[in-house]
Amino acid sequence: MTASEKLNRREVVKSLLSNRGETLVVTGLGQPAYDAFAAGDDPRNFYLWGAMGGAASMGLGLAVAQPERRVVVLTGDGELLMGLGSLAAVGAEKAGNLAIVVLDNERYGETGQQKTHTGRGTDLAAVAMAVGFRTALTVADEADLPEAIRIAREGEGPVMVVIKVSEAPAGMALPPKDGAYLKMRFREAVLGDRTPG
Amino acid sequence: MQPWQDDIYDALTEAGVRQIAFVPDAGHKRLIERCLEDPKMRAISLTTEEEGIALLGGAWLGGDKGALLMQSSGVGNCINMLSLTKTCQFPLVMLVTMRGEWGEFNTWQVPMGRTTQEHLELCGVACYRCDEPEPVADTVRTAMRFAYYTNSAVAILLGQRLIGAKIFEEGEAAR
Repeated sequence: MTASEKLNRREVVKSLLSNRGETLVVTGLGQPAYDAFAAGDDPRNFYLWGAMGGAASMGLGLAVAQPERRVVVLTGDGELLMGLGSLAAVGAEKAGNLAIVVLDNERYGETGQQKTHTGRGTDLAAVAMAVGFRTALTVADEADLPEAIRIAREGEGPVMVVIKVSEAPAGMALPPKDGAYLKMRFREAVLGDRTPG
Repeated sequence: MQPWQDDIYDALTEAGVRQIAFVPDAGHKRLIERCLEDPKMRAISLTTEEEGIALLGGAWLGGDKGALLMQSSGVGNCINMLSLTKTCQFPLVMLVTMRGEWGEFNTWQVPMGRTTQEHLELCGVACYRCDEPEPVADTVRTAMRFAYYTNSAVAILLGQRLIGAKIFEEGEAAR
């Protein structure tokens, strides 16, 4: 398969987040944050600009606090690999409303396109199943994308959907990076909380 | 007088803390058990302490108060993740049982245990300390109020003198 045939991350995320309803989103740092922002900014998007390896844990805490809403963690293979152990807690806690969507380009895209371990044998969906996720799958073809997105949005969690995407950089689309602002607007949108905090 | 671990449990309950993230320590054994038994709480076992920093950030985004239980050796694991707490001004409550200080037997616990407070303070975490059981209840309540009123990170360091040094000699019960 050539690079041009691989899935385009921006189009994948646009499809994933269209008509999102009440869905809450936590993104890992780097391209997944830009992808979510490019698909349309929303106060219920929490963009990480650091805290590498923490996105899945953050999604778990949010999913436990908001069991009635869908929580989607949108992250990259490099970010998730740094917090691989955190998947064990996600699997053990069985949060039914939590989905982890991995945009897997098999590269550390922000630091010079070095290969990650997913291009060298690590199967993240197999790891997820091994630690107790209810569903985990890997897709690489356009034809399989609609069902993968349906599972990410509606499947009984914890769900992991690994989407193999092109390693071609998608360009910059920079979301706000003031963490206190991102926190406050998220809480206001979700909790109606206008108090500082 | 009830055990000081029960004082902490009462303070957590009064404050409405719902998510308890933990990496086990013998000093926290009783508190972890009480949290696991409490249907109003969700006690979440971690594989490493920094997961708890991120987890409780997510909990706060969703409206849940939390607390993170660990041993002093786990503080070093948290350093980069504490940038999340500081940058976003998340309230954070850490309950840290100390090793490497009073009556320590295990040399390997000393480097992290002797520098725990300095590491935390460099990361912007305000430290409170208890070496005796009597002030535990008041200290935990005060530290938690500070965290939640001012969107700050706090750690309550529970000294090894309070917990009791772990006994390694043969025939002694492990603590």
